[in-house]
Amino acid sequence: MEPVVDVRDLRKIYDLGGGGTVAALGGVNLQIEQGEFVAVMGPSGSGKSTFMHIAGLLDEPTSGTYRFEGHDVSSLTQDERADIRSRRLGFVFQSYNLLSRTTALENAELPMIYSGVPEIERRRIALEKLAVVGIDHLRDHTPNQMSGGQQQRVAIARSLVNDPALILADEPTGALDTQSSKEVMELFTRLNQEQGITILLVTHEPEVAAYAKRIISFRDGHVVADTLQNQRQAA
Amino acid sequence: MSYMATLRIALDALLRNRARSLLTMLGVIIGVAAVIVTVSIGTGARVSVQKQIESLGSNLIVVIPGSVTQGGARSGSGGASTLTPEDGMAIAKLPGVAAVSPAVTVRSQAVAGANNWQTTVTGVAPTYTFVRSWTMAAGAFFTQNDVLSAAKVAVLGQTVVQNLFPDGSSPIGQTIIVKGVPFTVVGTLTAMGQSRTGQDQDDTILVPYTSALQRLTGQATVGTIMVSAADAASVQPAQTAITALLEQRHHIVPPQQDDFTVRNLQDIAAAASSTGAILEFLLAGVAAVSLIVGGIGIMNIMLVSVTERTREIGLRMSVGARGSVILRQFLTESIVLSTVGGIIGVLIGMVGTMLVALLAKWPMVVPLSGVIFSVLFSAAVGVFFGYYPARKAAQLRPIEALRFE
Ligand SMILES: Nc1ncnc2c1ncn2[C@@H]1O[C@H](COP(=O)(O)OP(=O)(O)OP(=O)(O)O)[C@@H](O)[C@H]1O
Ligand SMILES: [Mg+2]
Repeated sequence: MEPVVDVRDLRKIYDLGGGGTVAALGGVNLQIEQGEFVAVMGPSGSGKSTFMHIAGLLDEPTSGTYRFEGHDVSSLTQDERADIRSRRLGFVFQSYNLLSRTTALENAELPMIYSGVPEIERRRIALEKLAVVGIDHLRDHTPNQMSGGQQQRVAIARSLVNDPALILADEPTGALDTQSSKEVMELFTRLNQEQGITILLVTHEPEVAAYAKRIISFRDGHVVADTLQNQRQAA
Repeated sequence: MSYMATLRIALDALLRNRARSLLTMLGVIIGVAAVIVTVSIGTGARVSVQKQIESLGSNLIVVIPGSVTQGGARSGSGGASTLTPEDGMAIAKLPGVAAVSPAVTVRSQAVAGANNWQTTVTGVAPTYTFVRSWTMAAGAFFTQNDVLSAAKVAVLGQTVVQNLFPDGSSPIGQTIIVKGVPFTVVGTLTAMGQSRTGQDQDDTILVPYTSALQRLTGQATVGTIMVSAADAASVQPAQTAITALLEQRHHIVPPQQDDFTVRNLQDIAAAASSTGAILEFLLAGVAAVSLIVGGIGIMNIMLVSVTERTREIGLRMSVGARGSVILRQFLTESIVLSTVGGIIGVLIGMVGTMLVALLAKWPMVVPLSGVIFSVLFSAAVGVFFGYYPARKAAQLRPIEALRFE
């Protein structure tokens, strides 16, 4: 079976103007298989987010190849990339990125509007995923009526509605307290174990990384460590 | 994605920012309301001019004296005294002419018992009521015999009746005195109301033109000759015939200038409505400029909105929205804003027109074409001024939009 993510010699060079450049990624080689639960760690500025954005087809590398589920995505048009994001990828952000003044249910429905799911079906699936993350009772609450942990669960429900192959989460617990972090990580673990969804998440916290099966360490745009570990069991 | 779905997203976004949406629409609302009010007033004016002219009588031809040159200074049309009652009689014999009445006008005080009133006394022929399509309220108009004998008889307009006989008694058979000459009232006219120029058409006394010439002006010439053609088709040939006849009677040979002018009401109506149309066009132009300013307002707010919602756009892209869908969403938002603004503007414009109609007693006509044009134009404003911000939103790179602070 093809790896979900397969990058070879991936480089991302930022032009700083005035001739200066920054190599955010300096030749990264990585394969992430289907069903893996990977935590990416490393100091600030080491290129973790840059890697996540390229893996999530939100950004393009300066050079190198990226095969997503076996398909070379470097030559795709913007529309084709949008379609893959719609059908195969789910994102969870540190700052939740929910639409304000919009209910939990409508927020969870958003990706299906763009993938053309009919309204009744949309409603049903969104409710189902809100139940999976355990907040279907908050369906009519807007973001400002929910705690950070609850908002992040809405965001996770939103990432699930199109049955993605890969969920990318950049510091999903970065804005949460210890208890909420624990609940969110247990949710990810459950999604990974029970539904086999591949999860790639960035974190600075070893307790968070402890939930993953594999930890990849970045430093100065390079992978410096890649270790498998005994996964901490979901409570 | 379907257009309905796009519309839903756009409406949701607009409703989430009600106050801002309303403020954004304000420019278009004001612009369209201005267009509707000006066009309605213009059209109302044109229709009323048309009605006034029609009320003057059908197939009317007016002959007025031409200009005179005195010491190098030309007076305006009507300045010369060249038309005589005999001219009128000759015109009456022309084919296609149904009736002729000369008109000679004097401003004078009229006295009846203890009451007096400054009014216009016009000497006319019995055919005048036919020419002007005027009817009698009481009594009878004077006759051809009265004209032949220069009888001292008079017919009063309603304003004169009210001022000379305020107690409501019947003026028929009563005597009024004009310039020291006693006239017996034989009839009263039905009320005609105001003319386009604001003159009270009922403020008049009609007497036989012979009486006016002999007893009031002491001159031999009349101010105008009013001619009624037999039917609409006869107006043009009658006009030509009148011109030829008067040139012959006044011994005018080209290149000598005519000392009279022959006009028909269609000419006058056309001149009046073309001035009206120019004015309307100018007003509509001013209003259109305000619409464009409203459109720039929309563009401005939409640009702000794109910037303000950059992260939202990034999020929508990250969950799978294509650039073209984002473009459609923002374009739809601005079209909805401008079109709804246009519709509200039309409604406000109609209310404004109604107020003007009520306060200024102006006839109210809201032309459908104006309404359709305004709404379509505001939709076009939305497309035109919404496209740039929408394209700006659509061309954002997902990652840049997401990381936007
Ligand atoms: N748009 C950009 N323009 C220029 N340089 C950039 C840009 N984005 C990132 N960089 C640089 O690339 C490098 C890697 O950034 P990146 O955001 O991937 O780090 P990170 O590992 O996610 O850090 P953190 O843990 O603080 O989130 C940094 O040196 C950063 O300054
Ligand atoms: Mg980062």
